[in-house]
Amino acid sequence: MSTEEREKQNSSERQTRRAVSDRRVEGVTQPIAPAVEAARQVELTINGQAVEAWEGMTLLQAAQSVGISIPTLCHHKELSTYGACRLCSVEVIRGRRSRIVASCIYPVEDGIEVLTESEKVAKHRKIILELIQARWPWVDKELLEKYGAQPGRFEEKTDFCILCGLCVRYCTEVKKANCLGFVGRGAERQIVIYPERAIEMCPTCEGGNMGCRSVCPTGTMPNEFAHTGPRFGKKLPLAYPVKSYSEDNVREVLHTVGDWRMPWVRSQTMPGK
Amino acid sequence: MPKLKSLLDLEELRKGIIASKDPSKQCITICSGTGCHAYASEKVADTFASELEQQGLSEKIDLRRTGCHGFCERGPIVVIFPDEICYLSVKPDDVSEIVSETLVGKKIIERLLYVGDDGKPITHENDIPFYKHQIRLVFGDNRLINPQSIEDYIGLGGYEALGKVLFEMTPEDVIEVVKKANLRGRGGGGFPAGIKWETTRNAPGDAKYVIVNADEGDPGAYMDRSLLEGNPHSVLEGLMIGAYAIGANQGYIYVRQEYPLAVENVGVAIEQMREYGLLGEKILGTGFDFDVIVHRGAGAFVSGESSALMTAIEGRVGEPRPKYIRTAVSGIHGRPSNLNNVETWSNVPLIIKHGAKWFGGIGTEGSKGTKIFSLVGKVNNTGLVEVPMGMPLRDIIYNIGGGIRGDKKFKAVQTGGPSGGVIPESLLNLPVDFDELSKAGSMMGSGGMIVMDEDTCVVDVARYFLDFLADESCGKCIPCREGIQQMLVVLNRICEGTGREEDLDTLADLGDMMRDCALCALGQSAPNPVLSTIQYFKEEYEEHIQNHRCPAGVCKELINYYIDPEKCQACMICMRNCPVGAIDGGKNIVHVVIQEKCTKCGTCLEVCPPRFGAVSKLSGVEIPEAAAGGIKVR
Repeated sequence: MSTEEREKQNSSERQTRRAVSDRRVEGVTQPIAPAVEAARQVELTINGQAVEAWEGMTLLQAAQSVGISIPTLCHHKELSTYGACRLCSVEVIRGRRSRIVASCIYPVEDGIEVLTESEKVAKHRKIILELIQARWPWVDKELLEKYGAQPGRFEEKTDFCILCGLCVRYCTEVKKANCLGFVGRGAERQIVIYPERAIEMCPTCEGGNMGCRSVCPTGTMPNEFAHTGPRFGKKLPLAYPVKSYSEDNVREVLHTVGDWRMPWVRSQTMPGK
Repeated sequence: MPKLKSLLDLEELRKGIIASKDPSKQCITICSGTGCHAYASEKVADTFASELEQQGLSEKIDLRRTGCHGFCERGPIVVIFPDEICYLSVKPDDVSEIVSETLVGKKIIERLLYVGDDGKPITHENDIPFYKHQIRLVFGDNRLINPQSIEDYIGLGGYEALGKVLFEMTPEDVIEVVKKANLRGRGGGGFPAGIKWETTRNAPGDAKYVIVNADEGDPGAYMDRSLLEGNPHSVLEGLMIGAYAIGANQGYIYVRQEYPLAVENVGVAIEQMREYGLLGEKILGTGFDFDVIVHRGAGAFVSGESSALMTAIEGRVGEPRPKYIRTAVSGIHGRPSNLNNVETWSNVPLIIKHGAKWFGGIGTEGSKGTKIFSLVGKVNNTGLVEVPMGMPLRDIIYNIGGGIRGDKKFKAVQTGGPSGGVIPESLLNLPVDFDELSKAGSMMGSGGMIVMDEDTCVVDVARYFLDFLADESCGKCIPCREGIQQMLVVLNRICEGTGREEDLDTLADLGDMMRDCALCALGQSAPNPVLSTIQYFKEEYEEHIQNHRCPAGVCKELINYYIDPEKCQACMICMRNCPVGAIDGGKNIVHVVIQEKCTKCGTCLEVCPPRFGAVSKLSGVEIPEAAAGGIKVR
């Protein structure tokens, strides 16, 4: 192959790559809705109950379809699956093999037995809740009590944001605004706002209501940019109510941001302290 | 350069290369791998070149810069063919002597030879104990070829396996052979390569990819690096065979940017293959098209995880994604993608050439072939070793590694890097293969093997690996991100002497949850260093927690330096060397460490003359009160 030809191939490769990545957004691994064409029926049992589902559905969807509730945090039915909080972990048994999977991403399979509240699941869910609690001390009491979580077992690293990524996905996928993203790795991971995008996009978002706030389970997203903070006793996976909004506020806050790291999260005094 | 248009062309080229080489001609080979490079092997090679030039021997004697020989402890390594005289730790000053004595005078310079345990010098590389117990199938050619010369590789039978595959075998045949050989992934998991290939081949989709994972990042491991640097064509040939079997026309090599020599040598190799028409369209005149893109990693350890690596190749942040649908079915751009580690690919040409039966004859029931380990830590002979699967750990550490440095006592060996665990002395006879290591609570990993002696604190080791992982976790899922951080909090507490009774249970609970719930293999295996040390060295943890004592004397908060007044001769050496002025005393007055000022750097212990031996490390005991006003030396 000549250099020219190769260059051509490489460039077409790049183009396909771009086209393909455009279609896919962060974290999407499979369609959320059951595949319409030739969807095959799948039979499984959840907590001993026989459940009929369609191929392409997740365990969570199958469970919800028969009224079995599984606690979730980073999952939202309108957004792509992410599988990061692991709160929705369930036990899947096939034959003699048992494993723990995240029900929000695991596809339904014929003949599997799913246990959403097995001993193992409850034990793991308890620790996950304790870890979340160490980071965000306002986790729903009912949920904590249900799994016997001991608040204070782990060192508090209080932070408003629990990095569920709902706001990022909402902004990217629903709004296609790309104002939010992740930076850093491991313990340094943070959600940041890109001011140059935000100034342009946020004022027009949902008639000025900033949709990302409506999906934030912790109230971290600036509410009116007026340091309201999270509400006590809200259920963990609940959406945070959107309040009134004025364009001036966005401008003001974004201008005082300085660096992009959401100083309203870091500098604000923690409620309840 | 004429393109190779048929199998005959390749064979003609090979014959030409072999004919042009006179096997009786003298050839100096100099290891130019990373280890020797650090010992200035390049300077040695340059000195050889100028020395040969000066003496007018350039035509008569060949000079070859080769890949890594493995015995990094004693680099730079020079081997003189055809007699295979092996000189170790060669310095540029030795060069003129080697040329005049050995090459011209045919005499051996004894002081540069390896000296065996019996005090007798050993002339040939293969007789040195470090090499004698190894079987170097994959790594052996490294020392014979110049990695930047495709002709060297072809001369040794390179691309013969590719020819065999393209002209004599169907893709199904190839997969069958690899399955039969039971080649398991060398990157850590040990998943059977043939089955992965088959899944990728059978997955729906026109465009498929094959990928070389050269994102080796375990602390202390460098075998993939040395293989890619030293013999890039063997990896590329394996990759092409895999591509043919799977039905892929595009390959990727994901190599760390921190491996500049590997990046360079792979780049050169690919260019040479293109020139010969071994990459591109209609390879060797067949209908097989294939090309390779080198993707340089941006320094994230987690990108060595297959789904994260593929995300990175797509141009996004290297973050793992759930693999409930395998990457073999949905990988790069959602297309079937087959990823294998450098060493796995490198085994493929050998299996094709010699057959599955031959390969199956080496190793154990469940793990076939050989494995390259990077043997580092407190052993006498550090370096890269390739041994058949199933060799007991003891043989690797004592026969090849030459035992523990400084006659210290062996304590444990850490295998598998941050995802692996430690193995104590009681399990030293464990045959090393995928299944046995997993059973012992560790893992094969990519082949890192860190030997630890009695001066190592296992709690500190666990803390080290967790600290590494806290930085390298991508931070996406809660079990891994929060779990590692909280484990680290607990471990720090234990090392500082403020550990709590319930800490071991907390670590066990956390570890259990992470193993089951974390999103990718990094998080699932992150607790291994902690859980395996608790499993085998529980009493050491308990000493830290209950008695505030670090038995190995490593944890700074738990040790004190103490000068024995009976032994101190008031020589003032430690006083003068203490960087913080924490030693009291004077001429003829016994020295005393002022504990409040001491930063525990250990300088006093190091400088105290051994004939006095007055300074010692104490842990978990009261420091005897110093006599007021000082004691006179008796």
